[in-house]
Amino acid sequence: MEAVTKGASVSRGRVALSIPAIAENGLSVFTTIAVESPMSEADYVKAVHLFSEKNPVPRIASFYFTPAMAEAKISTNIRLAASQKVTAIAVMSDGSLWSDEKSIVVTIAACIDGG
Amino acid sequence: MCAGGSCVMYLTLALFIAMATSFNSRAETRLQSSTSFLSDELRARQNDETVNPGMLWVGEGEELWRTIGGAEGKSCASCHGDAEKSMKGVAARYPAVDPETGKLLNLELRINKCRSERQKAEAFGYESEEMLAMTTYIARQSVGLPISVKADGSAAVYYEKGRSLFYLRQGQIDLSCAQCHEDNTGRRLRGDVISSAVVTGYPAYRLEWQTLGSLHRRLRACSLGVRAIQFPYGSDEYLSLELFLAKRSEGLPLEAPAIRK
Amino acid sequence: MALAPARVSMPTEAKKGEAVEIKALVRHPMETGYRIDNVGQPIPRNIVTLLTVTYAGAEIFRMEMQTGISANPFVSLSVRATVTGELVFTWVDDRGTVTIERKPLTVT
Repeated sequence: MEAVTKGASVSRGRVALSIPAIAENGLSVFTTIAVESPMSEADYVKAVHLFSEKNPVPRIASFYFTPAMAEAKISTNIRLAASQKVTAIAVMSDGSLWSDEKSIVVTIAACIDGG
Repeated sequence: MCAGGSCVMYLTLALFIAMATSFNSRAETRLQSSTSFLSDELRARQNDETVNPGMLWVGEGEELWRTIGGAEGKSCASCHGDAEKSMKGVAARYPAVDPETGKLLNLELRINKCRSERQKAEAFGYESEEMLAMTTYIARQSVGLPISVKADGSAAVYYEKGRSLFYLRQGQIDLSCAQCHEDNTGRRLRGDVISSAVVTGYPAYRLEWQTLGSLHRRLRACSLGVRAIQFPYGSDEYLSLELFLAKRSEGLPLEAPAIRK
Repeated sequence: MALAPARVSMPTEAKKGEAVEIKALVRHPMETGYRIDNVGQPIPRNIVTLLTVTYAGAEIFRMEMQTGISANPFVSLSVRATVTGELVFTWVDDRGTVTIERKPLTVT
């Protein structure tokens, strides 16, 4: 996360990270990130970075927006290795950083499949 | 401890209530598709064609349908035309006995019969990406239609075999399908809910596989789960079981490709 | 290589200034490199690393992916309709395999 924030302060707010409180299956967790922004040339979201606390690779994905986007809002499906915190950090065109963080419980499947 | 007379009364009352509840729950235990056990989000994902990953296989199947293959230089479309018309209702009535050979065929075997006999093309591997695409595409043409297979006449011997397999205790854990999927439907088994063992959603995108797979793949996973013999894909055992399960699913609408955990 | 490796769902027409909802799916195992096969050998990593979206020739959106994105990656996004033009979706994986899907958008 430091590579993204470069030591600057990150404020909580403007970012809404939506993930279920309990994951049906850690292999595919529906995630939505929405950032409040007019998405105008003067004021838009440049990037949103999604981080996992406990995955082997902390950065899940990065999304880069331009004012051509109607909203700084995306949905995707992510993999989560264990119950943990997920964090979304938004980088604005004015350089400010905003974030949201959510906790999620990851359950396991029933029968031991392997098939 | 209660006095003699009232004890008998309470016991009788308790017994009566227990019987009444169990009769009610038997009557109310209608078989339902596992779609109803999904979370709201997964169910919405399944029902949205723009989001359901299984639709990637439907798209692939649509392309394959038009692809020429084999010595005869034909595609599926060459004989069957527009799949939306010609394949409507087909998946809902399989597995079915082939009148030519008297053998029970599921969709996979029927497709390969067509490929080898009509197209003079190489058969698709049972769980190959091509076969999965074809079966998913064809199944999709019956989405919403009620499952309706023949279990009598020439199919009776296969149905009976499937039925006896469903009730057979097998494997290291000595469990029959019925012990989970009839006696304990709706109860939780670790992170999942035990299904009614209906097959409306197959071929299905299973999160555990991170891909789409056939019913036989799922049955093999079940067999492994109870530490029983895993029969081969396309085996007589799984074919008969498939017929039994399809009959069990009678009347329920086909919903392939479903999303399952 | 699959015949239909991607699926993009979006309207074909929109009014100028409207938000156009786009849903994009691509076939890919997103193999993490952490799994072992049934004879004990590690399965090599193979993931989509980048999706770029261009609209009328200009890049408007990028998604960099890592192993934490689920198999058969899905993304939904919202684009402002400005001009009639083509949207081009390009996925690249870490083996250099490229998948492209093009969608026309008529803006009135």
